[in-house]
Amino acid sequence: MGRTLAEKVWESHIVRRAEGEPDLLYIDLHLVHEVTSPQAFDGLRAAGRRVRRPDLTMATEDHNVPTVDIDKPIADPVSRTQVDTLRVNCAEFGVPLYSLGAIDQGIVHVVGPQLGLTQPGMTVVCGDSHTSTHGAFGALAFGIGTSEVEHVLATQTLPLKPFKTMAITVKGQLPADVTAKDLILAVIAQIGTGGGQGYVLEYRGEAIESLSMEARMTICNMSIEAGARAGMIAPDQTTFDYVQGRPRAPKGPQWHEAVAAWRELATDSDAVFDHEVIIDAQALAPFVTWGTNPGQGLPLSECVPDPAAIDDPGQANSARRAIEYMGLRPGMPLREIPVDTVFVGSCTNGRIEDLRAAAEVLRGRQVADSVRMLVVPGSVRVRLQAEAEGLDDVFLESGAEWRQAGCSMCLAMNPDKLEPGERSASTSNRNFEGRQGPGGRTHLVSPQVAAATAVLGHLASPSDLEAVH
Amino acid sequence: MDKFTTHTGVGVPLRRSNVDTDQIIPAVYLKRVTRHGYEDALFAAWRSDPDFVLNRAEHAGATVLVAGPEFGTGSSREHAVWALQDFGFAVVLSSSFADIFRGNAGKGGLLAAVVPEAVIERLWDLLEAQPGAHITVDLVNGRVQADGIDEPFELDEYVRWRLIEGLDDVDITLTHQSDISAFEAARPDYLPTTQ
Repeated sequence: MGRTLAEKVWESHIVRRAEGEPDLLYIDLHLVHEVTSPQAFDGLRAAGRRVRRPDLTMATEDHNVPTVDIDKPIADPVSRTQVDTLRVNCAEFGVPLYSLGAIDQGIVHVVGPQLGLTQPGMTVVCGDSHTSTHGAFGALAFGIGTSEVEHVLATQTLPLKPFKTMAITVKGQLPADVTAKDLILAVIAQIGTGGGQGYVLEYRGEAIESLSMEARMTICNMSIEAGARAGMIAPDQTTFDYVQGRPRAPKGPQWHEAVAAWRELATDSDAVFDHEVIIDAQALAPFVTWGTNPGQGLPLSECVPDPAAIDDPGQANSARRAIEYMGLRPGMPLREIPVDTVFVGSCTNGRIEDLRAAAEVLRGRQVADSVRMLVVPGSVRVRLQAEAEGLDDVFLESGAEWRQAGCSMCLAMNPDKLEPGERSASTSNRNFEGRQGPGGRTHLVSPQVAAATAVLGHLASPSDLEAVH
Repeated sequence: MDKFTTHTGVGVPLRRSNVDTDQIIPAVYLKRVTRHGYEDALFAAWRSDPDFVLNRAEHAGATVLVAGPEFGTGSSREHAVWALQDFGFAVVLSSSFADIFRGNAGKGGLLAAVVPEAVIERLWDLLEAQPGAHITVDLVNGRVQADGIDEPFELDEYVRWRLIEGLDDVDITLTHQSDISAFEAARPDYLPTTQ
């Protein structure tokens, strides 16, 4: 019987398999950032161990870093300590680190692919749940906790039980106004925040094949929000073209050898998935979240649900609680929800194509007086490219703030956050209670919807805007 | 890691489903570089409400958290496990755990045991009728016991063995060093390095 893509990558990484035990898998790339590594390095130090493969490990500073005044020391002493700790640890253990001020610094899941480190068929881990992003390359990529970070640092392996496999087959082509972000939000609404638990999702179908690498990264990034461990898309010419020529990509004869191997990385036609979900691309529309988990989303054209109309008592309670926290009313059209803050950025939608999309909507228009808009490029190189294309001028002229690279307002570990009661339209990945600041209210949206929302001051899509004269 | 064979302690009912790790420990606490001392962080936003179940005197000293389905969703922060343990919990019972949280719990020696939703409901009713009631979780026999309740729970067999023996994953893996080296020697040379 044939094998799925995920099974092929898994099996090619088995260091040891024994009855009754998890498989021991080799890790090709270990990405590190400042938040989930301090205790792991301390553990190594206490046990007198070294990092086994510093040449397969890479670190960057992203969660805590400020997005303004980056040439000054970090103001928050706790953040500064955590970043300094990473610097000390990387120096001591020989791990390459892209620090604030370095041209290759940025959000870890933007930096890996940008450097060409993320390649098809690899196992990639990081102490961060959005590691699933790298699955867009046909890599088996997943988030791990700090104890597992220590395990990988010490042994370059992880003991794991195989994941189940689920195909998410998207039939047809996406309508012109529907982006990868809208697609993945719709998938999560359909299968639920627990729907993918225990599974690696493989996204398949023409709509997926038509997507750029950055759009594929948006989709795989949010696989974790459906409860899945990982999300993957089979590599193809689009993938090879993206990787080719990047600093860490193979070159010369090794390039040809690699591509030949990568072409084998596809699910066999006779493989059987443990579960399959079919999505009709044509039926999709711009999508937003209204509630306090990423599965509580609906097309922008619809209304806040009525908990009284929800059959399942657990879900009804959850909706009731979410509507109360979010300060909404059942039946309220989503387009009427006023927003005071717009955030474009994050490992989900902080790449050059996302910035281009937002800029295109803002060009010749103004951010509403009632709205504060932050645009945070996902890495220094994304920022430089955006500036070379004049996108920063578009943002600044419209009244948005143009910031330095980092995780920023996605999770408010740095000073970019919502005050209690403030409401954002955010291109990030989580809308949990307090995620962007205690008492903050988050609506997850695509970059296009974020920009249109900034202009009108309420949730909106570009089709709601009047033509620019 | 200490051996974990059985635990008996006061239970507390958390009647919430989909408890994500941003609720268990808000991101601001993740700035710390320490491995302990997170007791103040646990459910920090919810605990600001004096009526929250963990603030109520009748549930003081609880070591067994009985929660609704889909516990621990969202971020991979292992700090969520540390906060639960630092606060005093040895066990979390739920009908389903998010994968990363479940794995993290196993690493840290926090027992994340799966029991059916109907058993969770019975435990909630018991703990509300008799605040301070004790729950026993027997890892060796795989059972949850309380007044009028004696039910099996599910736990990954390998995790169960590792917790009972008090063994650390890194120590176990390092006994297989020769397998790791052999694998490394055979890796294709077109694979990338970071330096």
